[in-house]
Amino acid sequence: MPELLEGVRYGVLASEVSSQVVLFVTAEEYFEAATAARNDGFDCLIDLTAVDYLSYPGARARPASVDCQRFEVVVQLINHRTRERLGLRVQVPADEPVAPSLFDLWPGSENLEREVFDMFGIEFAGHPDMSRVLMPEDWVGHPLRKDYSVGEIPVQFSPQSEPR
Amino acid sequence: MRIPGVGKAGEIAEEGLAGLEHNFITSNVEELVNWARMRSCWPATFGLACCAFEMMAAGAAHYDLARYGMEVFRASPRQADLMIVAGRVSQKMAPVLRQVYDQMMEPKWVISMGVCASSGGMFNNYAIVQGIDQVVPVDVYAPGCPPGPETLMHAILTLHEKIKTGELLKRRQVSGSGETASGAGIMVQQRDGQTAGLTIRS
Amino acid sequence: MSAERVMRRGGDSAVLRLSEAEANRIGADAADPDDDERVMLNMGPAHPSTHGVLRLMLELEGETVLRSKPVVGYLHTGMEKQGENLTYLQGCTNVTRMDYASPLFSELAFSLTTEKLLGVEVPERATWIRMLMCELNRISSHLLFLATNGIDLGAVSMMIYGWREREEVLRFFEKVTGLRMNHNYIRVGGVAADLPDGWRDDLRELLDLIGPRLDEYDVLMTGQPIWRERLQGVGAINADEALALSATGPLLRSTGYAWDLRRDDPYLAYDEVDFDVIVGTYGDCYDRYAIRLNEIRESMKIVEQVIEKMPGGDYRLQDKKITPPPRARIDESMEALIHHFKIFTEGFKVPRGEAYCAVESPRGELGVYIVSDGTGTPYRMRVRPPSFINIQTLPHLMSGGLIADGVAIISSVDPVLGEVDR
Ligand code: SF4
Repeated sequence: MPELLEGVRYGVLASEVSSQVVLFVTAEEYFEAATAARNDGFDCLIDLTAVDYLSYPGARARPASVDCQRFEVVVQLINHRTRERLGLRVQVPADEPVAPSLFDLWPGSENLEREVFDMFGIEFAGHPDMSRVLMPEDWVGHPLRKDYSVGEIPVQFSPQSEPR
Repeated sequence: MRIPGVGKAGEIAEEGLAGLEHNFITSNVEELVNWARMRSCWPATFGLACCAFEMMAAGAAHYDLARYGMEVFRASPRQADLMIVAGRVSQKMAPVLRQVYDQMMEPKWVISMGVCASSGGMFNNYAIVQGIDQVVPVDVYAPGCPPGPETLMHAILTLHEKIKTGELLKRRQVSGSGETASGAGIMVQQRDGQTAGLTIRS
Repeated sequence: MSAERVMRRGGDSAVLRLSEAEANRIGADAADPDDDERVMLNMGPAHPSTHGVLRLMLELEGETVLRSKPVVGYLHTGMEKQGENLTYLQGCTNVTRMDYASPLFSELAFSLTTEKLLGVEVPERATWIRMLMCELNRISSHLLFLATNGIDLGAVSMMIYGWREREEVLRFFEKVTGLRMNHNYIRVGGVAADLPDGWRDDLRELLDLIGPRLDEYDVLMTGQPIWRERLQGVGAINADEALALSATGPLLRSTGYAWDLRRDDPYLAYDEVDFDVIVGTYGDCYDRYAIRLNEIRESMKIVEQVIEKMPGGDYRLQDKKITPPPRARIDESMEALIHHFKIFTEGFKVPRGEAYCAVESPRGELGVYIVSDGTGTPYRMRVRPPSFINIQTLPHLMSGGLIADGVAIISSVDPVLGEVDR
């Protein structure tokens, strides 16, 4: 278990979620916790994404002290030396979807945070270029939000023209 | 055998391959032009997704599109006669597709390769244009996901047949879409009640 | 720490952070003499050397690239959203269309994650078949890289050779899976079908064919002065920078950093086979080329071992709730028919929870993260796309080089746009 986690200086630790060591942090602790993790040897940000829990049925399996919000930013770090992975989770409220950017720690978060912005509308404070990455620049809405429909066109089946 | 205007064969000396019968072709200009068009139909590279790989495979050694005079994939639309739209067209790509099509010289043809290009395929969602016929007029649809090189070749040969008979150009004149070639004239719009739309210039 | 170099913001950075409208204004101001020096060049999205629909905005001074910005999204297919509406059984069909140069890896990652959520273990034979097919897919994907890398640099004959050998691998795929690509072969609970009779002979023939052909490539390219001139020292990156930019796969290994999930976080049965992790030294385009060429050899080694060690048994889990019953049973038993019907219409339910599984695809770490709400479709399906993250290195690799080198660099990062945009 990495040093950072021994005293759990930040947030709440859970290891049942996602069968991985996961640290639940608040938005204020987030950047500090990430910095500490980096100093502890988690040298690479492997993934950063988000989940919209708007329509999730029932309670989420989260430690009791976590204040669940609509969005959850899911970060995954990797320590190449010890081959360990560490998850960071931040709750982001729906009415003010802002989280700190990790760009200053890992510039590799640039595209990933832009993608989360594009798909979920979560802004990352301190990101150098918070713009859409996948959708056209003038697109309205954030497709991966649960209240955004898939946008299907109903498939029309042409009726059989004549009885054979 | 009778050679036109000369009389019975045998009345003149046999001239072999230099003989008249080997050196005259009677045709009309239209057929000649169609034949020429059919035999050198250069595709523009418009590979988008998985289907593009099968398109490239068709051009490579094993399937060898060169047999049909088609191996020259042109990067510049100005030099191409045929656009093979190989893959799914997203809302962001649709204007580009239209622009490339507009840059091609007449006469031009379009093959819609794969179910994604033809109808959106399995991706019936906000991101994918449900069929490129909403953006450009399509001459031949190649089904499959992905259509194998054989299917593509079949599509190409079908197109060649259509070019040869001139059917396609005639049809365009009748429908009046020859010059403008506006496709089905459907505008691609962002759905689910969102206001901003992507309108395709036509 | 040299990672600082990639972190610079603003005008100092290698990344151009401009919107299109701003870019249009650059160079348009005739009164400003400074403005004259810089040209904004747009490359793509319909450009032959950008591997599909990647678009680059380049800021040039003469022929030198200063800053650049990859503009992606031209192939955005909404797969993550689509995945939320497809059952777990259909999920593989969806993800396989993501990275179409190596479709089996996406299927594998998706299946592994779902199996982790279900808490099931697939039979040993299924594991080995998966490993075999994935290694073959790695070979075909790298052959494709060699072909496109060749044509991007003007070695057209390499393109023909690469496709020729790839066809041979695809022929085997077609025999096993029924399709040349987008197989939907690796499914939750195992694989779709057992290997056909005579697969060992087919593979031996394949290996005998590809081995000598790789040596031909060495003659054609590896030692050739023009090839070396074009690639050596071009687009160099060091390990710190690559890590800072979250790069994985051959891009990271080319810097001399040995990190391969097959060895470092073994999945399937990779701990039971013997292979080497290939690393480079200088982190340039040439190293990335050489790594991929040699990884083909390593994959062939693995395939050989699989031929020897392939265990017997079932090729998929016999769990009526997850996999369809064998075809023969359907004719005899009403129950089997019902199970078959249920699985293909409703799918199966997956317990609540979340899981992440990663595999080493030819492009780097390909991971699938699924949040399940206990129903038959994923609540959220996320794919960690290696190319999407790897293309972040492009501006850093290209800055200060020539445009012509840019083409070599794009090709050496080997992005597959389907997976970049998803
Ligand atoms: S039709 Fe199939 S193979 Fe072709 S682009 Fe669509 S998903 Fe890919």
